[in-house]
Amino acid sequence: MKKFVIRRLLQSIVILFFVSFIIYGIMRCMPSSYVETQARILSTKPGAKTYQEWIDQLNKAYGLDVGVLQGYIKWASKAIVGDFGDSWYWNLPVTVKFSKVIWHSFALGFASFILEIIIAIPLGILSAKKQYSKTDYAVTVLALIGISIPSFFLATLLKYVFSIKLGWFDLFGVVGRMHEQLSAIGQFLDIAKHYVLPVITLTIISMGSLMRYTRTNMLEVLNADYIRTARAKGLAEKKVINYHAFRNTLIPIITLLGSSIPNLFAGAMVTETIFQIPGIGYTSYQSMIQGDIPFTMFYIVFLAFLTLLGTIIADILYAVVDPRVRIN
Amino acid sequence: MAIFIKNGAKDANYISAKESRRISKENRKITNGYEKKRNRKVIPKAEYVTKMKNPNNVVEFDNLHTYFFSDVGVVKSVNGVSFDIPKGKTVGVVGESGCGKSVTSLSLMQLVQRPQGQVVEGAIRFNTGNEVVDVTKMPTAKMQKLRGNKLSMIFQEPMTSLNPVFRIGLQVDEVIALHYPQMNKEDIKKRTIEMLELVGIANSEGVYKMYPHELSGGMRQRVMIAMGLACDPELIIADEPTTALDVTIQAQILDLLRDLKVRINSSIMLITHDLGVIAEMADYVVVMYAGRIVEKGTVAEIFSNPCHPYTIGLMNSKPAVGKKVGRLYSIPGKVPNPINMPDYCYFKDRCEMCLEVCAGIYPELVQLSPTHFVSCYRHYDIFREEDKG
Repeated sequence: MKKFVIRRLLQSIVILFFVSFIIYGIMRCMPSSYVETQARILSTKPGAKTYQEWIDQLNKAYGLDVGVLQGYIKWASKAIVGDFGDSWYWNLPVTVKFSKVIWHSFALGFASFILEIIIAIPLGILSAKKQYSKTDYAVTVLALIGISIPSFFLATLLKYVFSIKLGWFDLFGVVGRMHEQLSAIGQFLDIAKHYVLPVITLTIISMGSLMRYTRTNMLEVLNADYIRTARAKGLAEKKVINYHAFRNTLIPIITLLGSSIPNLFAGAMVTETIFQIPGIGYTSYQSMIQGDIPFTMFYIVFLAFLTLLGTIIADILYAVVDPRVRIN
Repeated sequence: MAIFIKNGAKDANYISAKESRRISKENRKITNGYEKKRNRKVIPKAEYVTKMKNPNNVVEFDNLHTYFFSDVGVVKSVNGVSFDIPKGKTVGVVGESGCGKSVTSLSLMQLVQRPQGQVVEGAIRFNTGNEVVDVTKMPTAKMQKLRGNKLSMIFQEPMTSLNPVFRIGLQVDEVIALHYPQMNKEDIKKRTIEMLELVGIANSEGVYKMYPHELSGGMRQRVMIAMGLACDPELIIADEPTTALDVTIQAQILDLLRDLKVRINSSIMLITHDLGVIAEMADYVVVMYAGRIVEKGTVAEIFSNPCHPYTIGLMNSKPAVGKKVGRLYSIPGKVPNPINMPDYCYFKDRCEMCLEVCAGIYPELVQLSPTHFVSCYRHYDIFREEDKG
């Protein structure tokens, strides 16, 4: 097992290099780079140098006067020791900007992830247990609504009902008007209250697929021969489902959940924008359209790292729940 | 127009969406009725405690009907089956695939896929040792106390019948712990290892800690047998226990079953389509065809004097040592569509010994000897002469 993990980690490092190189290449090829935009603005100022002169100067200053490969090597040699440079657009060290915005996104992602699991898995099991019953159809319809409803529509709907009509929550933002005057616990509750609607939005749109997935897998397991054996032993239906069947259903679910770990940090651009939450989704989108290479590089490499980590974790968990894939 | 009419001739398996919806709606009504009856909170004991017709029997199937209410129509998987399993004897049930052999045994275990599958008529009386119950009317909670305990089942596919994520020990322990709640952990483990040794697993301590995928098919079937025997059952149902195994392992497993039957003195209901296995193992034979019993009797009677054309066909289609044949016999045709069964003898369309009367209603069982019964017009006294002539 140890050998397996080490091998996977080494493979991941190689993959990470390729991924970051491809991203760097794409960023460099992007039309309307950050430098070009800046040069255009600066050259229109009265008495300024020409556009071409600004371009040359800025390219030199930002280190874009070299080729893609050299540029990448320069970025990678710094990144490898943890120096990701300064963000061009945000005028802050990349890691500082990142740590400022990530926690909002993480809190949203984590809360909806947990809610998704504790709602979707039991509902999926329930609808498999009562296949073709009214409960099953209700859960299926709910899941399909969740899958097909766009987040901006759902978020707007929630805002209309709960903020405008009922007035339970603020329309947007992460803190209320009286935030500064509140005690520490009060401040925490204030932020939590602002998270409610975005978390509901994210949970509903992500819940459906997990629910259907759990149902399908549970149905498959419930038709397996060993479930019939468990029943033939005289076990109560509850134990058959919650113990014998559930352990087997977990195997594919864990892969799905493992691979969704990066989603915790990926942020939700649309939802964050609608609720005006300064999270990573909004920030990374801004960085990308502005051509902010250092920030985008850091963010995407970070996600790639999490994706690889997620698959390794899923593989390890796979071995924990399924003895057939354990490697000696 | 003529072309359309010709194409409009209904295929036996074709069913329009409207028709299917109507059928499934009706089915749901029927199955809901059965489910409601079964799921009543309190089911009085008087409803399922009965008496045996013959106290020497462990199980009496009495006119059992098990139907599946499918979306294309009602499948009469078991259609009026009656036979007995005497104490300490082995009863073999033979027939082609899809004849209702397994459904008969699953009805006895109350493991028929519900709500589609329902026992609609008849009774299965089972002698638990201290009382006689009709398992078709038993509440599920009571049934769970019988399953694995007094009634145990060995399945066809040892490769998939054990839960892949639990250790062998745990899976055998589970059934002992369930039915003997007073036993402590060490005793249960001791008993499990004892059972594993009983079924001929040499490295029982090691196997106790193994996962199913670490064992071969034969070993897994031994584990299944150990699991089945762990609570000293009155009846062991072996549903094609050797079909998935290779021939040498088959012989070992059959020897084991025969040996164990003597040792723990329980009855065996052996389901198979291998006549060789029946000849070797069984005391009584029940031949099933399309959900009905066509012939039943002792092994000697069935093998020396097969009377139903289907049994004769089965006998002819098994290879015999020392007999040279160019091509092995096979019964022509196939089992009729289970949804629209004819009202005459189900075997008539494949039968090579048909009489004129065979177009009439389904023949009753005819008694040929105290133990030998056959359901065929050829053995009615009045037609026997005609047959010979």
